[in-house]
Amino acid sequence: MTLKRPTQSAAQVSPQTIWMLAVRDQRDKAAFAALFDYFAPRLKGFVMRSGARSAMAEDIVQDVMLTVWRKAAQFDPARAQVSAWIYQIARNRQIDVIRKESRPMPELLEVEPDAECDASVIVEVEQEAAVLKQALAQLKPGQRDIVERAYLGEFSHQEISAQTGLPLGTIKSRIRLGLERLRHELKELR
Amino acid sequence: MSQIKHHITDPMLVAYAAGSLEHPFALVVAAHVSLCEECRVQLGAHEAVGGALLDGQAVHAVSVSMKDALLAQLDVVPAAEPDQTCERSGAYPGPVMKALKGKPPRWKSVGGGVRQTLLHVDDDGSVRLLYIPAGKAVPDHGHNGIELTLVLQGAFSDEAGRYGVGDLEVADDTLEHTPIAEQGAPCICLAATDAPLRFNRLIPRLLQPLLRI
Repeated sequence: MTLKRPTQSAAQVSPQTIWMLAVRDQRDKAAFAALFDYFAPRLKGFVMRSGARSAMAEDIVQDVMLTVWRKAAQFDPARAQVSAWIYQIARNRQIDVIRKESRPMPELLEVEPDAECDASVIVEVEQEAAVLKQALAQLKPGQRDIVERAYLGEFSHQEISAQTGLPLGTIKSRIRLGLERLRHELKELR
Repeated sequence: MSQIKHHITDPMLVAYAAGSLEHPFALVVAAHVSLCEECRVQLGAHEAVGGALLDGQAVHAVSVSMKDALLAQLDVVPAAEPDQTCERSGAYPGPVMKALKGKPPRWKSVGGGVRQTLLHVDDDGSVRLLYIPAGKAVPDHGHNGIELTLVLQGAFSDEAGRYGVGDLEVADDTLEHTPIAEQGAPCICLAATDAPLRFNRLIPRLLQPLLRI
């Protein structure tokens, strides 16, 4: 992928996305190491919060990061943030390990990631993630804890339904643009 | 597929994204998302929330040896993975084809012209394909838990409304319903429950242990 320049916002594409694209397009190991240094300790914290012990957590982190390397071609920064993409890989891996059965997955979209993606689109998707993080930061501590535990897989769907104060819709509504783009792409597919 | 009117609820999408949804329901969600743009978009939103939480997570130092071991594996070409995905075939979306192991369904009669193919049973519940000839009804039943029914072909109506291709009905233990297939093509549904169905007539109730429904 070549980032079209010079959009003035190109400088704002996050290092994580730049590393991920270098991994995807150039198979850049230094960029992968940087991505590892950023995400592995967060993934380990995430996996341990949902009950895995340290050694098991390291195994899961290793598997997740190896999948990031091997499936990098599926990453599309116009559709999802690096963190969102890695989140679903991590959840899949943890389900595999804990339940010994894999999660049924939707069909993949037959969309080739844009070879020439405008950096401004990536920046917009990333800015949404920033707004989303702010929204999460503004939750009351108790609420945030419940949201985290829901997304860590600690609650059944009935338990999530029963949390009437859970601002799922409000939080989710912060994500708009990336989804509009996805909608648009899907329409073009038809 | 923009005519889909009945979608997955937010709590169920979150549970799916987080991996806490029972396997039978997760298969229905994956099949619905394969057919429904709106829910694919909504699932993307929930994954973004999960990503933001991951990004803001307190760090836990990882061992240097693990990183070295991982970096050493980058040049290893992985052995071909066992079937990760199956392609859609006719009315059956990819995840359903995967559950069918890529083969056409093997139908078994459950009476009244209705047939089923059991896809998966475990302690969390079961998921099956149902084949309902036009104009026929699935035996009158209630639920001990929740039943998800996704229409893959044709349409059915019951006490709660009309469901066409891609529509998902969520029935809980308060709903006693008799889904009836519309005229036209036979109705094929993907149905998952987290508890055995309760049939209201004697014969199906006697057959229940044999049919595992």
